[in-house]
Amino acid sequence: MTAVDRQSWDVVVVGAGGAGLRAAIEARAQGLRCAVICKSLFGKAHTVMAEGGIAASMGNVNAGDNWQVHFRDTMRGGKFLNNWRMAELHAKEAPDRVWELETWGAVFDRTPDGRISQRNFGGHEYPRLAHVGDRTGLELIRTLQQRIVALQQEDRARYGDYEARLKVFQECTVTRVLKDPAGRVAGVFGYERESGRFFVVEAPAVVLATGGIGKSFKVTSNSWEYTGDGHALALLAGARLVGMEFVQFHPTGMVWPPSVKGILVTESVRGDGGVLRNSDGRRFMFDYVPDVFKEKYAESEEEADGWYEDPDHHRRPPELLPRDEVARAINAEVKAGRGTPHGGVFLDVSTRMPAEAIRRKLPSMHHQFKELADVDITAEPMEVGPTCHYVMGGVEVDPDTAAAVGVPGLFAAGEVAGGMHGSNRLGGNSLSDLLVFGRRAGLHAARYAAAYATGAVPEPSAADVELAAAEALRPFGAEGGDAAVSRGPAENPYALHQELQQVMSDLVGIIRRAGEMEEALHRLSGLRSRARRAGVEGHRQFNPGWHLALDLRNMLLVGECVARAALEREESRGGHTRDDHPAMDRRWRRVNLVCRLAEESAGPAVADSALGLVRLERQETPPIRPDLLALFEKDELAKYLTDEELL
Amino acid sequence: MATGTDPEARAAAGGDPAGRGVHHAARAAIPDPHLRRDRWWLQPAVTVAGLLAFVAYSTWRAFAGADYYAAPYVSPFYSPCLAENCESMPAGADWEIVGGWWHLSPALLVLIFPLGFRLTCYYYRKAYYRGFWASPPACAVPEPHRTYSGESRFPLVLQNVHRYFFYAAVLVAGVLTWDAVLGFRDEDGAWGHMGLGTLVLLANVALIWAYTLSCHSCRHIVGGRLKHFSRHPVRYRMWGWVSALNGRHMLLAWASLVSVAVADLYVYLVSSGAFDDPRFF
Amino acid sequence: MSYQARFKVWRGDAGGGGLVDYEIAVNDGEVVLDAIHRLQATQCPDLAVRWNCKAGKCGSCSAEVNGRPRLMCMTRMSVFAPEETVTVTPMRAFPVLRDLVTDVSYNYAKAREVASFVPPPELGPGEYRMKQEDVGRLQEFRKCIECFLCQDTCHVVRDHEENKPAFAGPRFLMRVAELDMHPLDAADGAGIDRRRAAREAHGLGYCNITKCCTEVCPEHIKITDNALIPLKERVVDRSYDPLVWLGSKIRRRGARP
Repeated sequence: MTAVDRQSWDVVVVGAGGAGLRAAIEARAQGLRCAVICKSLFGKAHTVMAEGGIAASMGNVNAGDNWQVHFRDTMRGGKFLNNWRMAELHAKEAPDRVWELETWGAVFDRTPDGRISQRNFGGHEYPRLAHVGDRTGLELIRTLQQRIVALQQEDRARYGDYEARLKVFQECTVTRVLKDPAGRVAGVFGYERESGRFFVVEAPAVVLATGGIGKSFKVTSNSWEYTGDGHALALLAGARLVGMEFVQFHPTGMVWPPSVKGILVTESVRGDGGVLRNSDGRRFMFDYVPDVFKEKYAESEEEADGWYEDPDHHRRPPELLPRDEVARAINAEVKAGRGTPHGGVFLDVSTRMPAEAIRRKLPSMHHQFKELADVDITAEPMEVGPTCHYVMGGVEVDPDTAAAVGVPGLFAAGEVAGGMHGSNRLGGNSLSDLLVFGRRAGLHAARYAAAYATGAVPEPSAADVELAAAEALRPFGAEGGDAAVSRGPAENPYALHQELQQVMSDLVGIIRRAGEMEEALHRLSGLRSRARRAGVEGHRQFNPGWHLALDLRNMLLVGECVARAALEREESRGGHTRDDHPAMDRRWRRVNLVCRLAEESAGPAVADSALGLVRLERQETPPIRPDLLALFEKDELAKYLTDEELL
Repeated sequence: MATGTDPEARAAAGGDPAGRGVHHAARAAIPDPHLRRDRWWLQPAVTVAGLLAFVAYSTWRAFAGADYYAAPYVSPFYSPCLAENCESMPAGADWEIVGGWWHLSPALLVLIFPLGFRLTCYYYRKAYYRGFWASPPACAVPEPHRTYSGESRFPLVLQNVHRYFFYAAVLVAGVLTWDAVLGFRDEDGAWGHMGLGTLVLLANVALIWAYTLSCHSCRHIVGGRLKHFSRHPVRYRMWGWVSALNGRHMLLAWASLVSVAVADLYVYLVSSGAFDDPRFF
Repeated sequence: MSYQARFKVWRGDAGGGGLVDYEIAVNDGEVVLDAIHRLQATQCPDLAVRWNCKAGKCGSCSAEVNGRPRLMCMTRMSVFAPEETVTVTPMRAFPVLRDLVTDVSYNYAKAREVASFVPPPELGPGEYRMKQEDVGRLQEFRKCIECFLCQDTCHVVRDHEENKPAFAGPRFLMRVAELDMHPLDAADGAGIDRRRAAREAHGLGYCNITKCCTEVCPEHIKITDNALIPLKERVVDRSYDPLVWLGSKIRRRGARP
């Protein structure tokens, strides 16, 4: 048997972004021993990239705000496909999660009376986003990191060891969730990136908090970590993914220079007064306000400009429509030949605010464009275009406990969990999602694990560990491939990755067609068979080629889920736009598309097949609780809900 | 081999198991002490040259004990003048506090304060640690010393007295201000006149004040030490002004160093008769 | 526009290594990290390099380019002449693991030694009131992305391995300053003396304010002027001010029964 380090903890959290750290803090606060495993260094998680803020209806800037309004905005943004219970919990608990951060040392921007300042953002009726300039994600991750250090200091005082009850295993990748023969979670299998050594962490409860899938796409704001690990781990462990067809393309990513293509330009640029113009100089967003939003958005530039100063007597500028609308609009302008030289549109603050105000309100944007593109945003417009930003779909979870449906002991929170955001996420709802459901996942994982404190803990089967190790080592013996499934020369994992990104961007990207997605599924199947021959040279110590070869499995699985679900859903809604079915269809609102692994491929060393590894099921969405429905006008509901639902 | 980890290369790289600093055994084996290819030595070299020039000039002038007063102008090196052997300066700061036993140049009595202020100044510390002590000569360029304890021990722990020199420097700047005001007299003490020397003294005292007030200790005392700026709006505003000046502390340090030497030189030239002060009115 | 750029990249591990020559295609608008990635994808797939956000926000891709500590993702190739050889090495103040990856655990150890924020016991969540002018100073320090370039360039530890146990480095002295300036930090009430700790536990006295930390900071934080020197002044208040010293003596005597 392969030599494998073994450790035993109560709760394992996979991922050290906002959701993972918040879950770990909660599990430790419940008195359990908690291990966090992350691919990067502690404190580098992709959460640092979040810019705009944390949505929470504290009502500090506009006292009219409350959780009901936030709930409404969230449901509207998600086109009513959200898991309503998650949206409700999220809206109710977000303020407490933000205030709690202050007690851990977070330093938000302030209102004149000394409270946490809140800013406007697309889709939010009131100024709602607690923020720190445009680096809110950094503040969030640092605060949680420092909270973990504080807890470790307490543990050191009590037990003489910083890591007695809360330990971060940094630069480690988890490749398998292990189960016991009864189907209960028993731990995780992974490797240390630094040394290449394998390890098993045994634990009755595993929280997935691995973030998203953006690295399957060519133009993305996501970092290399976003290879859909948690989505794939959950699938392979027998859990299901819901809503994978909904991928959010952020409307404003950098389009030039090529090396930074996709990097985010925060929505606060628009929230603070930035406007979108095409190459004719026209503020084209006025042409793209959809009917469902007609009453809420300004019809003239004068009205829109008045809103920044006097929001009570003006309607919002259309630049602040939900992200999917703006992304589609930009896409359409560029396709119509009214784009910029580098294939984007202009986003301009230079003519809208004094240079000093820009530097103060948008310091990191100013810095980012200055350093990376040599553009001074106080003097000239930015060039922006859509970039893959977020996946609304994810692990199907119980809304209250964040427990993955169908796999006892598995939990998921943050971007890797599905349902909360429906078909489209509002800006700012991501960071609050991390905190609200990170805490819930940590809490319920701890409660679940505590039940095993006295009894027999689930133990991973030795055979599964063997298989996981063999799977992880395969890239080193890739030459010639496994004769049973795929024959040919070793493949370069970097080249495979680029092809995968090309397929996903071209064929399952922002605008989708049935024929293209069928083509995508075909090409993915070819890539899958070649990926089994992804080979690497060198040894296991910090070998990025090897790491990528292993991540390919996850990206391919997730890519297939996205393509299959997108092909199935014959309507356009939120982060899913069908050229061949351009309208939203109320009947589809009652349908969730759920992906699971095909039965015959449930084992770790699956035989490949052109059929694909993923099976799709339709599931009816649970009816929204009447008191929550009553928060909306009947007219509005009629746009989303079928007539029989409205009865 | 793909990794390039070749034991022979390591021997050639001089991987010294007892290596110091960047040549410590655990660190990346790179024989060069640094890999900077820009002219990193230029800045410390210019600093050394500038400071040495000033030290040479001021030593000569401070020990001279002559040609420091040409009514109505007094050299900033000799004000206040605290010994009996000072020249008489009508209405000026020639206070015979020390008495008659002092026979050396009277400049030595007072220069110690501005000198101490500059010697313990956070900017000059950086400048001479880098320039004279090569600790470090430039960023990522190794320093030559075997051990290093910085300002944690005697004598360098004494740098912490900077703020007391700041208090003294404020007094000296006050005296120099009065000296500049006296420049609005003529040779006979009549008010309402002005010459080129008046302008020189005014410019000097303005720069001295700007340098003194831009001091980090001043910034701390004025408001930096507070925890709640919002409860002290006046001090917060003052802190803001001092902070703005403080951002130019290096520039002001050099400008005032040059101006004080120029002012002294001007008085010297007039006093020694080499130059006649042009009078405006 | 594209050209073949000449690179020297340090390859090796703790056992040894050296600079290896490469030619890498470089396109208009690219940064050093792009070139390193192309090297990885086309010539040496096992080249170890840390990176993450590629936008100067996470502080992962710290290295030394032509001898200067830099983020590879924020070093544009256009600052080099096409014929110039670009030398990329790992950070030289930390133990090397492999190629461009170093062991930065020193920094995590130091982070744990700084006493955490102490919430004011009388205020509950949601009751914190601070004005923007109270938090502006702290927010500058909290821009820190923990790239550890300041720690790497600081000669106190870069040139003197033996100082590592006694010296926390600019990043964590700045953290002490941040907490000491936090308007609501209740450390005093909890018996934590941050100023004394800065001097005794974190080695503030080792800093000789030569400002290399400020020079290399990719976030342009004025570490020396705004954090370290103010902290030194606060330590003077606490430890080197005779009036304060006398006052505390008298108060202590008065407090005796």
